Amino acid sequence: MRRRKSGSIWMILPLYFFTLVFVAGPLLYMVALSFAEPGAGYGVNWSFSLDNYKRILEPVYLSTFVQSFKLAVTSTLAICLIGYPFGYFMAKMPPSRKKKAMLLLMLPFWVNSLIRLYGWIIILQNKGMLNFILQKLGLINEPLKILYSYPAIVVGMVYVLLPFMILSVYSSAEKLDWSLVEAARDLGATKLQAFVTVSLKLTLPGLLSGIILTFIPSMGLFFIADILGGNKIVLVGSLIQEQMTRGNNWPFAAALAVVLMILTTAMIFFYRKLTNAKELEGLG
Amino acid sequence: MNKLIELKNLTKNFDDQQVLRGINLDIYENEFLTLLGPSGCGKTTTLRIIAGFEEPSDGQVLFNGIEISKLPPYKREVNTVFQKYALFPHLNVADNIGFGLNLKKVDKSVIAQKVERMLKMVGLEGFEKRDVTLLSGGQQQRVAIARALVNEPKVLLLDEPLGALDAKIRKQMQVELKKIQQEVGITFIYVTHDQEEALSMSDTVVVMNNGEIQQIGSPTDIYNEPENRFVAGFIGESNIIEGVMIKDYLVEFDGFQFECVDKGFEDMEEIEVVLRPEDLDIVDPEQAKITGIVRNITFKGVHYEILVETDLRTYMIHTTDYAEAGREVGLKFGPEDIHVMCKMGAY
Amino acid sequence: MKKNSKLSGFYLGLIFFLMYLPIAVVVVFSFNQSKLPVAFTGFSLEWYDKLFHNSAMMEALVNSLILGVLSCAISAVIGTLGAVGLSRIHWKSKGILEYISILPLMIPEIILGMVLMAFFYMLGLPFGMLTLLIGHTVFCVPYILMEVKARLVGMDPSLEEAARDLGASPFRAFWDITLPLIMPAVVSGSLLAFAMSMDDVVISIFVNGPRLSTLPIKVYTQLKTGVTPEINALCTIMLGVTILVLILYSLVGKHKGGKNEQTDRA
Repeated sequence: MRRRKSGSIWMILPLYFFTLVFVAGPLLYMVALSFAEPGAGYGVNWSFSLDNYKRILEPVYLSTFVQSFKLAVTSTLAICLIGYPFGYFMAKMPPSRKKKAMLLLMLPFWVNSLIRLYGWIIILQNKGMLNFILQKLGLINEPLKILYSYPAIVVGMVYVLLPFMILSVYSSAEKLDWSLVEAARDLGATKLQAFVTVSLKLTLPGLLSGIILTFIPSMGLFFIADILGGNKIVLVGSLIQEQMTRGNNWPFAAALAVVLMILTTAMIFFYRKLTNAKELEGLG
Repeated sequence: MNKLIELKNLTKNFDDQQVLRGINLDIYENEFLTLLGPSGCGKTTTLRIIAGFEEPSDGQVLFNGIEISKLPPYKREVNTVFQKYALFPHLNVADNIGFGLNLKKVDKSVIAQKVERMLKMVGLEGFEKRDVTLLSGGQQQRVAIARALVNEPKVLLLDEPLGALDAKIRKQMQVELKKIQQEVGITFIYVTHDQEEALSMSDTVVVMNNGEIQQIGSPTDIYNEPENRFVAGFIGESNIIEGVMIKDYLVEFDGFQFECVDKGFEDMEEIEVVLRPEDLDIVDPEQAKITGIVRNITFKGVHYEILVETDLRTYMIHTTDYAEAGREVGLKFGPEDIHVMCKMGAY
Repeated sequence: MKKNSKLSGFYLGLIFFLMYLPIAVVVVFSFNQSKLPVAFTGFSLEWYDKLFHNSAMMEALVNSLILGVLSCAISAVIGTLGAVGLSRIHWKSKGILEYISILPLMIPEIILGMVLMAFFYMLGLPFGMLTLLIGHTVFCVPYILMEVKARLVGMDPSLEEAARDLGASPFRAFWDITLPLIMPAVVSGSLLAFAMSMDDVVISIFVNGPRLSTLPIKVYTQLKTGVTPEINALCTIMLGVTILVLILYSLVGKHKGGKNEQTDRA
């Protein structure tokens, strides 16, 4: 091992350099910034104050956090309900069909998410496909105003983030030894009992990591709320963006980001405690 | 002995592939029966049909005379020990063993008692709280057996249970499995591709190949009186020679006629003869009908393996006598060493 | 058994249908005569023609492609070397480094975007291609790092040792033995990173500066202000390109998963 060291240092240096300067550096800068005060223009007055954090507690901003949180919980719940069975069924398919399903799953995942959201706009708009079909079927008289509403945002969130849940459930269900399920059946479990006592328990890490992978981004995907929600609902992400661009209050934006970051880290920490896993399932 | 399970004309197709081609087999109470064959012969499929994990494409599975092939696994009085044990990694030893009883809502204290008794039987006293993933292969194996037996099944199915163990523990487990079977007094159906395992533990050996049963018999029958070339070749090493049955008790091969103990073939029927290497002796050329040159001699620990080349073929001989390479020798064997079998087509 | 697999097949089919529905809608309307995406009034390639004559859009496309290729290439070098280096070095700081380097995948993009914007501003870097490039490299490196790392785990370490034993220098051992073996992972990681770069709005919007626009940003602003069907045409083209890339990816993937799973039904 020692012999190999000398030759390997140069390989790791670019990563070290890049990671420290452009990942760790900015994040630390963000923390520092969150304690500063806004100056003129994009300027910053360096000082140590907790004002930014106190400001988050003001009802206007706190409600933004609560709203984001609610939306994230709703979206994540919907994603779990749709994505878990999907990933699980997919893992149970014969290998040849599994490969095809994987390809089908990855394809829209790679298509620009904005494009896909635009497709939903076309479908959901007042004179769109959905209303057209519903009216033709006689289920409604007036077109439903789905677009630019809360449900539309949830649809968008679910749509963009679902693949992450599916992949992480799939990768954990893939590893599930099916003979364990057979063993449970052999020992007297019905299909449902075998699922609850064995399959669900053993794929729980995948489900949990899927929850993290969808919950965390859903707090920050401001453009979905923007496009499908029509600016009616302000999320933490939108707030940060606004403070960075129009609001010109970077320290406050930094404080918002720090809080979001703490929430994120806490979730990952609990995930690790809960599952003893080092990495999130289904990443990469 | 009573018939417990009857397989009647079982067939099974996976996609276009026929894995079982009409299996007929009776399995009795208290029997240690082994399904033996190379991988892909259909033995595991047969076992999975009995367990209820596969439905046969055609045919019947009778359990105590009742058709069960459509019954789900949890309603059958059989339990399985899986190839790689399939212990639940998220449960400890006691919870693994008590899994089946828990599902049946058996009283906790009763479960604990039964688990303890099972652990004692498999020699793992005090292992209740251990993490199953940290046990050695042999220990996991014992837990798997205990987990199946605690449900008091009428039949225990074992799918190559010793395959993942190293040679020494495998030997030890063979003895123990046999002991456990006698202790609990139920039927064991054992699947393996290891002929030695099959011969040393079983009451009945079922040799399978290509989805068909080749021979059913006691280990000694199978070894001494293989019914065809496949069985002879698969069990032990053998010299297999084509020949002709002149009449009862007289067979001709390699250009000579030999007395033998077999009868019941048609006169002048083409047959095949099995000569086990350990039944052949090296003698001076003039004392024997078949002669040849020693081509190779290898020491195998207890005996030598000698390859003798005659005009027609090469014979393999296992003997404790030494014969140097290049020497001309004769091959001697008695009438009882000649095993005559029906000729097979495709092998 | 059969009933269950039909049910799950139906479920998978339904969700797949919903996944592809919006994409199909976009593609169909790109060939529509009418300007409004309400009813299909007739087949036309008008919007493709308009798109190709829209210089701002074309410029954004070129920007995106340059950005994608460059950030992907730089990330491939950093990520691959880093993954190999990490597998050999046993420093105490290794765990932390690894954690920080995949952090960009685990924190909300919005945070990454805003901190990079603030940080670049502090450093006095001019906002434009350079800042975009760094920003995209930040989130591209982890994809490649993780792909290569996963590949290295499955690799026999004695292969490289054998090369060293036969007299290869560490560099030669890496170049001749390790690199060819991990190449599929490097390529598939890079393709994934490229796709992510082409898709990114959140980070780009913070670090692009006033003059430079990428394709996703262009699409985003149109979606916010007012959509012309050119966007449908553009989407269709991008979809075509993505499918092309995906085919490439799956071809590489075939090499990667060389051994076929075989179930033993003895």
